Amino acid sequence: MDKPIIEIKNPILRIQNLSVSYEKDKYAIADVSVDIKKNLITAIMGPSGCGKSSLIRAMNRMHELYPQIETKGKIFLNEKDISKLSNIELRRKIGMVFQSPNPFPSMSIYDNVIAGYKLNGIRQKKAKRDDIVEKSLKDVALWTEVKDALYKKGNFLSGGQQQRLCIARALAFQPDVILLDEPASALDPVSTSKIENLLVKLKKEYTIVLVTHNMAQAARISDYSMFMYLGELVEYGKTKDLFTNPTDKRTEEYLTGKFG
Amino acid sequence: MKGKFRSAKNRLFKGMVIVFSLVAITPIMLIVFDLFQKGIKQINFSFFTKIAPDTWDAMTALNHGKIIPGGILNGITGTFLMVSVASLIAIPLGLLIGIYLYENAEKRYAGVVRDISDILQGAPSIVLGLIAYFWIVKNITHGFSALAGSASLTIMMLPLIIRSTEETLKMIPISIKEAGLALGVPYHKIILRVLIPTGFSGLTTGILLALSRVLGETAPLMLTALGNPFVNFNIDKPTSAVPLLIWQFYNDPNMVNLIWSSSLFLVILVLTLNLIAKQIAAK
Amino acid sequence: MNSEKITKNILFIASLSLIMLATGMVLTLIQGSIPVFQKFGLNFIFSNKWNPTAGREQYGALPFIVGTIITSVLALVICLPLALSTSLFLGEYYKGKMIAKIIGTLVDLLAGIPSIVYGLWGFYFLRPLIVQLGFNAQGYGIFTSSVILAIMIIPYATSISTEIISLVPNDLKEAAYSLGATRLEVILNVTIPMARSGIVASYILAFGRALGETMAVTMLIGNSNVIPKGIFDMGNTMASVIANQFGEAEGLKLSALIAIGLLLFLITGIINGFGKFIIKKFA
Repeated sequence: MDKPIIEIKNPILRIQNLSVSYEKDKYAIADVSVDIKKNLITAIMGPSGCGKSSLIRAMNRMHELYPQIETKGKIFLNEKDISKLSNIELRRKIGMVFQSPNPFPSMSIYDNVIAGYKLNGIRQKKAKRDDIVEKSLKDVALWTEVKDALYKKGNFLSGGQQQRLCIARALAFQPDVILLDEPASALDPVSTSKIENLLVKLKKEYTIVLVTHNMAQAARISDYSMFMYLGELVEYGKTKDLFTNPTDKRTEEYLTGKFG
Repeated sequence: MKGKFRSAKNRLFKGMVIVFSLVAITPIMLIVFDLFQKGIKQINFSFFTKIAPDTWDAMTALNHGKIIPGGILNGITGTFLMVSVASLIAIPLGLLIGIYLYENAEKRYAGVVRDISDILQGAPSIVLGLIAYFWIVKNITHGFSALAGSASLTIMMLPLIIRSTEETLKMIPISIKEAGLALGVPYHKIILRVLIPTGFSGLTTGILLALSRVLGETAPLMLTALGNPFVNFNIDKPTSAVPLLIWQFYNDPNMVNLIWSSSLFLVILVLTLNLIAKQIAAK
Repeated sequence: MNSEKITKNILFIASLSLIMLATGMVLTLIQGSIPVFQKFGLNFIFSNKWNPTAGREQYGALPFIVGTIITSVLALVICLPLALSTSLFLGEYYKGKMIAKIIGTLVDLLAGIPSIVYGLWGFYFLRPLIVQLGFNAQGYGIFTSSVILAIMIIPYATSISTEIISLVPNDLKEAAYSLGATRLEVILNVTIPMARSGIVASYILAFGRALGETMAVTMLIGNSNVIPKGIFDMGNTMASVIANQFGEAEGLKLSALIAIGLLLFLITGIINGFGKFIIKKFA
């Protein structure tokens, strides 16, 4: 599969023949090529174990943490090979939000938002830092809720608020792309819908790649969707098309609840 | 009547469990009570500010029915010196090894390191004294020394800190670490600025428990630090310690009264550290 | 080298230092024991003659090996009912209750009392009691040491077993209750069989502790270098003979003491390894 399933002009992310293996000859992702369009929400769906998390973890090279994982193929961010970027450059441009909320327990809300700068030793004037914190928290609609408790630890926040704090932490770097790995799977429906609304608002400024096993969620908020199965990219297209008129039998079976 | 017999047995057993449990905790209460009763009258200002008396002064005081003069300053300073030096090595090294085990939990080599740490934790303290005697007393300080005492205490503290570090870090969700990595934070900063602060209370508990474990050690110090009638801060000279003084008082019939006050002091110190550590851990 | 590599290397080197430390310890002990093994061969282990008189020097470690094993086994036997009762008290009968917290804390504190303080308490409190009971004229001996050791190892014997007992799933116990079993029957037929490996492992670890205990034993066992004939006889253990005779040891005698240290290190290592193995296997 040398050519992507659908052509996307000026993609922000271009993935070429990507394979990820955890053990020799055991592929989590096999030869996936796909382009991702700017300022949209792209959802990645599929049953658990299909490789959807592996795919986004390859996009910010989180895989490098685990030496046994082998990655082949190339990924380009704005036509730049990401393997040529340093970790810090890459991860400033591609932020990530995890399945369950994981603010740093030892840090205040303020420090959590600014953590990317602080931990990387990027110095900034206090006023600039304050601006970043305020903008990021406003972007995730958390500002009014926490502005009087900025210097407290975030453990009194609800799960949904914590997750929005984690999104703010990723936004603080003003990344090009935000990767979200089932960000609402640990949350209640009200918090989930808040996060979904937030993502729709955020796509004006950022490109969002969302892994989800919740088909309804993908249908609700994404512009493009891909369906993965057993490490293979089965189908990719506009969400509306994919849901109403899937071309592959497996996609159809998944969407009608035959498996997963 | 079988049912009645069964329920009688049941009640009898519960009674036995309660009685035996109470027997098990009686000694600690007796010991602490005994130490307070016999030791408190010797504890005064000079107990903390004066060095241990010589046997002649002690005998004179005894014969005149007075409280033995002097204190245990040389023991307190010696304990402080040796435990500090031991901590200086054992805490950072133990943290590093604990972090290594956490980071490489699955590796075979890490399993070996963990087993060795466990074996060291079970090693009798007197054997550690023998080792420190050969390494330090014979080869480095050419005589009994605080440094040798510290070395034996270091080997005692290490496995305790290694284990508590690994256990504490294991409790931190992996996603906390990944969140740091997703921000492009360098590995050493994730350890220093994310993992250690997050596990701070657990790590502190481990360190305090290790300290309380070595504070009362006597046997290895008899083979290494020996003792010293004066205050000494020179790490290559013989040094006293509170438990060494207790041993010295025990062997001198004139000093018996001092046994209780110094034991009381030592026990209060150790138990306070213990309780603080557990309080922190419970949070 | 980037910072990640440097960090990884530092961690690895730290772990390596622990292996070097342990290897160095074993080598030092082996090197120190060579003279005595050269002179007496395996007879050193199996002979019961211990004679440091110059010219007629003869060293056999059997009295100390036997003394160590008898005191520790006896300590375990005394400790067993107390520790098991305490574990059931804490992990079954009063699990989660305030009283269990208090008793649990007191048992933990037992582990914090320094060995030398146990020795003092044994000397001034327990020994007169033994004399009064008429077991033994001076009150020194195997039995006295074992009682003190038994108290000292209670916290080690209870910690893991309490945890395991409290982890036995409720639905299993409820199933037995629903069949009309009494609490005692549930404990004997469900709880203890389920928790058996954890209980056994913690007793093995406690036994390992007892083997290496030095100060308290040294102060109570009577320090006689012969094989004890009964539990009220005086004797000596491996750890206490090192503590007692190290001061005036030189040449062959020093080598004999180090060889005893080596044997003690190996025995405790094997016992602890075995305990850990059981925990790992059945966890």
